[in-house]
Amino acid sequence: MTDIKDLQKISSQTRRDIVRMVHAVQSGHPGGSLGCTEFFVALYHHIMEYKASPFDPDGKNEDLFFLSNGHISPVYYSVLSRAGFFPVSELNTFRKIDSRLQGHPTTHEGLPGIRIASGSLGQGMSVAIGAALSKKQNQDPHLVFSLHGDGELQEGQIWEAAMFAAAHKVDNLISTIDANGQQIDGATDNVLPMGNLAQKFEAFGWDVLSVDKGNDMAAVVEGLEAAKARTGKGKPVAVILKTDMGAGVDFMAGTHEWHGIAPNDEQLAAALGQLEETLGDY
Amino acid sequence: MKKYTDQGAKDTRSGFGAGLSELGKTNPNVVALCADLTGSLKMNAFADAHPERFYQVGIAEANMMGIAAGLTIGGKIPFTGTFANFSTGRVYDQIRQSIAYSGKNVKICASHSGLTLGEDGATHQILEDIGLMKMLPGMTVINTCDFNQTKAATIAIADYDGPVYLRFGRPKVANFTPADQKFEIGKALLLQEGTDVTIAATGHMVWKALEAAESLAAQGISAEVLNFHTIKPLDEEALLNSIRKTGALVSAEEHQMAGGLGESLAGVLARKHPAPQEFVAVNDSFGESGKPEELLEKYGLSSPAIVEAAKKVLKRK
Repeated sequence: MTDIKDLQKISSQTRRDIVRMVHAVQSGHPGGSLGCTEFFVALYHHIMEYKASPFDPDGKNEDLFFLSNGHISPVYYSVLSRAGFFPVSELNTFRKIDSRLQGHPTTHEGLPGIRIASGSLGQGMSVAIGAALSKKQNQDPHLVFSLHGDGELQEGQIWEAAMFAAAHKVDNLISTIDANGQQIDGATDNVLPMGNLAQKFEAFGWDVLSVDKGNDMAAVVEGLEAAKARTGKGKPVAVILKTDMGAGVDFMAGTHEWHGIAPNDEQLAAALGQLEETLGDY
Repeated sequence: MKKYTDQGAKDTRSGFGAGLSELGKTNPNVVALCADLTGSLKMNAFADAHPERFYQVGIAEANMMGIAAGLTIGGKIPFTGTFANFSTGRVYDQIRQSIAYSGKNVKICASHSGLTLGEDGATHQILEDIGLMKMLPGMTVINTCDFNQTKAATIAIADYDGPVYLRFGRPKVANFTPADQKFEIGKALLLQEGTDVTIAATGHMVWKALEAAESLAAQGISAEVLNFHTIKPLDEEALLNSIRKTGALVSAEEHQMAGGLGESLAGVLARKHPAPQEFVAVNDSFGESGKPEELLEKYGLSSPAIVEAAKKVLKRK
């Protein structure tokens, strides 16, 4: 079993990758990426069973992950590369011309690890449900994970999907909500308040658990393990993961200001000064 | 050349239902999804025979498209069923991102396309769907002409790996293609040879093109009739071979002029072999309630309209 300290080390390197990638092209989404770092690292380095190489797009007999809020591609790319799906050096091509690391994740350029394009919000839960049904058809006992932004829940398709998953007892699905309370125009409570998310998913027929410390690695691992234990019982499982947007870099944390802007040279230096290089920069 | 005769009117949607039913028996990877229109899409036989491979998603087409995209991961071949309006315009972004851009092997099967949906009126009579779908990179777009061809196309697209839009309709129309004719995606069919003018038709307008050709023959005009059941990829060679001979084109379709088959054909002519063309299509207008045949006549999608277009284009040669 991977030690929590090891996962924290990977997280520190992932955060360095995120701010460096976004700085290099002066575009991208660091805030949500930093906030979801513990989730991604826990998922790919502890929770999921998968084969990184050779990558099988059909994903039979392995756990699958779908990123619905595709704009947090920096954290996704960093974690995929450091999990062995593609060379870490390729992070250097993020958002550049002729790259497989598009602004938002896509299958189109054949990047190993990606099984669906995402970016236009609200679509990933439906896709994850489809993949989960495919696993049931194939009598494949592995699980399907998905991640959604809380602001993304304003899209109606999410609730079509939530209704379907419960009605059809898609109990091999764990959908995590990144509840950072922020979206582009400000706090979700100011843009469009969504009320009690846990109660909403419960009312839709899901088994819901909340992780209040979404940037505490031990708490995230414990929460995802508990979620895994609750699959196969007739209900889809939702994890309400409370995170800090921008977590890990003090001047980026807790605000929507860093949703989609890149640090300048001084800000990059300040951010890297807070993040230990543990696995070697790309 | 074979003379085509109506073997008895049938609806194209029943051809889809029959094809899907056969696929249920022959291909265990075929799964089907429907958004509360199982009866209208004639999907009951598949649903009854293979309940474990049929997903009723309710009135939630966006979710249906996403689930279909996900089902392909792991090797399933999903066929979605709803009206053409709800198969395209309503879910365009879902198709664009989760299916087309993601290169997913989803078969989007769309009934009640065009004016011939009839009495429900313009809210349901989509005349823009071919255009919407053909603009998507990598999307195959098929509009079948009768029961037999719709059944054959349904079976054929299961063997093709990639996203497909299959368009058919509601009313009973002439069933005239051979029941044993294999469907080849992207291969236009030469139905009748002629020398004066080419009529290139798709969907319900193919039979009307044959009727028009008969009428033109009686007036001493030799019309060649091509069935462009596949709008994308377009059989450019079939068009050019015919136009090199006739030098004039009439396109006929139950769709807006903008974005339809005619526009695709015009693009080929403009690039490779300029020739005059007349368009039998709906001209920048919504439809309305009425009986299918009444609507086709009112909106200029009739055999006489094709005859008039042929005479007009001949004067421009």
